[in-house]
Amino acid sequence: MNLHEYQAKELMERHGVRIPPGEPATNLDEAKAAIAKLFDAGNARVVVKSQIHAGGRGKGTFKDGFKGGVHLADSVEDATAKAEAMLGNVLVTKQTGEAGKQVNRLLITSAQDIKSEFYVAVLLDRALGKPIVMASAEGGMDIEEVAEKTPEKIIKEVIDPALGLQPHQGRKIAIALGLRGRLIGQTASLLGALYKTWHECDGSMLEINPLALITNEDGTEAVVALDAKMSIDDNALFRHPDIVAMRDLSEEDPLEVEAAGHGLNYIKLDGNIACLVNGAGLAMATMDAIKHYGGDPANFLDVGGGATQAQVKAAFEIIVGDPNVQAILVNIFGGIMNCNTIAEGIVAAVQETQLTLPLVVRLEGNNVEAGRATLAASGLTLITADSLSEGAKKSVAAVK
Amino acid sequence: MSILVKPNTKFLVQGITGGFGGRHAQLSLDYGSQLVAGVTPGKGGQMFADTVPVFDSVAEAMAETGATASAIFVPPPFAADAILEGAAAGLDLVVCITEGIPVRDMIEVKDALKDSSTILLGPNCPGVVTPGDGEDSSGGCRIGIAPGYIHKKGNIGVVSRSGTLTYEAVWQLTSRGVGQSTCVGIGGDPVPGMTHLDVLKLFNDDPETTGIIMIGEIGGTAEEEAAAWAKAHCTKPIAGFIAGATAPPGRRMGHAGAIVSGGKGTAEAKQEAFREAGIGVAVTPSEMADTLLKMM
Repeated sequence: MNLHEYQAKELMERHGVRIPPGEPATNLDEAKAAIAKLFDAGNARVVVKSQIHAGGRGKGTFKDGFKGGVHLADSVEDATAKAEAMLGNVLVTKQTGEAGKQVNRLLITSAQDIKSEFYVAVLLDRALGKPIVMASAEGGMDIEEVAEKTPEKIIKEVIDPALGLQPHQGRKIAIALGLRGRLIGQTASLLGALYKTWHECDGSMLEINPLALITNEDGTEAVVALDAKMSIDDNALFRHPDIVAMRDLSEEDPLEVEAAGHGLNYIKLDGNIACLVNGAGLAMATMDAIKHYGGDPANFLDVGGGATQAQVKAAFEIIVGDPNVQAILVNIFGGIMNCNTIAEGIVAAVQETQLTLPLVVRLEGNNVEAGRATLAASGLTLITADSLSEGAKKSVAAVK
Repeated sequence: MSILVKPNTKFLVQGITGGFGGRHAQLSLDYGSQLVAGVTPGKGGQMFADTVPVFDSVAEAMAETGATASAIFVPPPFAADAILEGAAAGLDLVVCITEGIPVRDMIEVKDALKDSSTILLGPNCPGVVTPGDGEDSSGGCRIGIAPGYIHKKGNIGVVSRSGTLTYEAVWQLTSRGVGQSTCVGIGGDPVPGMTHLDVLKLFNDDPETTGIIMIGEIGGTAEEEAAAWAKAHCTKPIAGFIAGATAPPGRRMGHAGAIVSGGKGTAEAKQEAFREAGIGVAVTPSEMADTLLKMM
């Protein structure tokens, strides 16, 4: 589950990470109040930031031509005008695709006097099976690009799961980032708090880009988290009702949300051949086979090992809810499940949903003969296939 | 020979009184496997299917029945504890079927097991099958949720992150009259117990295994590591398949571990690593068995 920047910052602040003061706003009145509060507190400048689940906000452009999803403002009037221009407007960034995303929330924070920017992230190193802190002095940059072109600039510290991030590891990272004096200790404690946030909230990824070295008004320096991107391990949501409450369904595909409600694992893609498969690996392989034979998969859909007839019906409804779909490939390996039960489920679902699209069915496994007979006797115009390859070829032919 | 389990391996099921665990425990009994005990804390003294005693703890079940392996079917919030209980009791092999265990729990389990003699298979896996001599391979050892009847006793080792793709591969082999030594599902989670590499090493050392099918998918670099080792050390032909070439980056494809993140873990990189190591790459999963058989 992905969080907005302001939500991630809220969790971080709760765990002791220093964040510039600021507040979220979902409408203009809230935005005005947040802006007034910051200027009243003596801030000379504020930042108005679009809150969407996509990167590249600063360099994005709104559909009405207004440039930039992140703006600095030096007055109440300026900040209010920018907030008004952004709220409800659709922002297109390099990560949103052409459709863009509607900005329903803003984060308004105090602007900082930035001396330099760093990158830091906490994530799982899968090869080690341990958490790591990754950092780079190239803040504000695309970290993948840094890793690709100058891997030596990436600092990596492996965390002992039993101990957590140790202060000496935090100091090591701070020193490697070029920080000196009391900033070393301050950064180490910030990194410790960052790890604690990741650990205690069951984070999948917590990325701070940038972590900034700023000059305070009194001339002293400090390290603060200016941005935050966080995702939470879906498997761990059962122990975080407070985080579940942060879920913003408007950021998710409605068909995917509906599928999840039926216990189905559905991911919408851009193609026109839908697939309905049991098992995640086979579902991926089915998409790959469609592509291999010249087609374009419309979705990933795993109905699981023990799908009920109601789930199969819901799956068909979700599939046809995607207007791009022109054919459907059902690929079931009925290992334990009786193929005849599956076939009956398919027939009932097709009849109930009054499906008219070409339907290719590949059924294999337990009691498959009876299942194929059920399909043949159904009176439905099905295209049957004996193997996944054949099913993929026939589904591609059906849309040509 | 076989790897991990033999037809006479005695095992127990943790969570045998749950619906899912009970159903598959019965299927293992039907297959003729040596399921000798169940464990559900608080339900000790009950009987499962009139023949299998249920105990309150793994240690008790082992002492009373001689079980050396277990299958875990307990719900995600309690699964990590069940794995650690199995290891603390000294089981040789713990097979965790449970899907949906928090990654943090698995990081801690993996760390706790680093000096343990207990081998962990899974979680989020279909388990392990060593086919038997009987009709439809019955009499073998089936720990987990794989359909037993699709197997056939023989000499091909199968290792996979995906359940249904394992069944596809096994079924293709059996349909061509080619049997399997052992079929191992390592599971689709990002922090697994056994890896492709661990299983490959066992197959390489098993005199009865003459060829290997290795099935991977997007996410992580475990396939690349296994391929690099195979290139230098594996003496047996390997054919492979990688699922997820069409998966969009940054999206989790059903399995918690099936995600391309930060440009890492792509199907292309894994296929390239396979080719580089001399591993035959099936272009679609329908060709997994044929790709291997052509190499043998």
